[in-house]
Amino acid sequence: MTVVRTGPRVVLKDAGRLGYAEYGVAPSGPVDRAAYTAANRLVGNRAGAAVLECLLGGLVVRFDAPAVVALTGADATLLVGVTEVPAGVAVEVAPDVPVEVTTPRAGVRSYVAVAGGIAVPPVLGSRSTDALGGIGPPALRPGDTLPIGPAPAGHRGPAPGGQLSGGLLSGGLLSGGPAPGDGVLVVTVDLGPRNDWFAPRTIATFLTAGYTVAPASDSVGVRLSGPPLPRSREGELPSEGVVRGAVQVPPDGQPIVFAADHPLTGGYPVIAVVHPRDTDRLGQARPGQTVRFALATDFLEDP
Amino acid sequence: MRFRRCGREAVLVEVADLDAALALYEGVRAARLPGVLDLVPAARTVLVRLDPAVTSPARVRHRIAGLAVGEGRLADRGTVEIPVRYDGDDLAEVADHLGVTADEVVARHTSSTWTAAFAGFAPGFAYLTGDDPRLDVPRRATPRTRIPAGAVALAGGFSAVYPADTPGGWQLIGRTTTRLWDVDRDPPALLVPGTRVRFRRADR
Repeated sequence: MTVVRTGPRVVLKDAGRLGYAEYGVAPSGPVDRAAYTAANRLVGNRAGAAVLECLLGGLVVRFDAPAVVALTGADATLLVGVTEVPAGVAVEVAPDVPVEVTTPRAGVRSYVAVAGGIAVPPVLGSRSTDALGGIGPPALRPGDTLPIGPAPAGHRGPAPGGQLSGGLLSGGLLSGGPAPGDGVLVVTVDLGPRNDWFAPRTIATFLTAGYTVAPASDSVGVRLSGPPLPRSREGELPSEGVVRGAVQVPPDGQPIVFAADHPLTGGYPVIAVVHPRDTDRLGQARPGQTVRFALATDFLEDP
Repeated sequence: MRFRRCGREAVLVEVADLDAALALYEGVRAARLPGVLDLVPAARTVLVRLDPAVTSPARVRHRIAGLAVGEGRLADRGTVEIPVRYDGDDLAEVADHLGVTADEVVARHTSSTWTAAFAGFAPGFAYLTGDDPRLDVPRRATPRTRIPAGAVALAGGFSAVYPADTPGGWQLIGRTTTRLWDVDRDPPALLVPGTRVRFRRADR
């Protein structure tokens, strides 16, 4: 596969880089896990195969050999030559036909899976680009060529136009689903591990106020602006391990929700953790989107 | 030992101090609990990352609470000697803060046996604990936007060597040409939890 054009940013993502924490390496992986998983299923790949994660469209690639590709994630279209192929459909592509990801109408990140997976050599067991840690393949540039793995064994390939159906479709998209254009994106959280650093009335603010996605958001974290969340205690928290979806509150009180490329450890208190599927949706939110946090209604046992 | 909620895919276990955290880390690591994907030890906590398709925070909590953890120390992962040119921008300030000469700071740093306790901040960044409590200095009030790879630093009772050019708030006392992080090396990190470190004064 040859990269003709990249748009703002295209990186490789697979299931992530687990088990290397003792080297100081964070998990990374896709920002929108549901869309990543769906893309691989559409083309018959094994779970964990590497795909392209494309920010705001603009990607054009060509293949040297016939390929089967599928687009998921943001609400974009795959242009195969002059044919428009909607997201969520596997399509066969002839050699040398340009394949383009259009600028999404909603959401920000598209996933392009190719049957066989992108087969660059893994770094520490993963083909994911870790933007913060600087590990894994660099962002793609025009002219790059990427090897495609052998078509999945035992898989006959989807019928052209084959679709996934059912639970993976959310709001018409094969992703965790970006928020509707004007509406409020409600994300579910569990409080902790450091909600005891905040007064009850601050937690009430956190769970009722609207927060706006700031332009500085990226694959490391979604930065939010809104009513500040002051701490109720003095002193420094010793750095501790953090997770994807953690809502970290720096001294300025403006929360940051960690996305796929979050640091391994953080030194600011984490007031709550966003549910995995809502972390996907938050990762598709555009700057200016209003977000509200809602406490999970299903019972999370005390850990 | 206190368990803290950390969403659906992890449990944060909090203990009294660093020794207890490292003992817990070794204990949970050795137990190889089903569905546990990764462990992140830190100064007073161990983050246990889990696969929710295989286990749950509650199950992991029960398994960890039932482990015989306590006396375990970090496994010895060998000793590394790191040559340092002690000409860091903050060496004089560190000496002032401790009320000693710069030479005495260097003497304390080179005579202490350091142990890599845990990693974090950046790939290959290891928090080193020493056996000389007289090297405890605070972080800088304002972090630097760029610290060069190889900078040798002190903060909060720890020492460290910056593995790559990054921002940072620690006090810089010297630099080394030793590479802390190299993805083409196995393992890529020079220092992993349990590695002992001796710093040696080098002229260049």
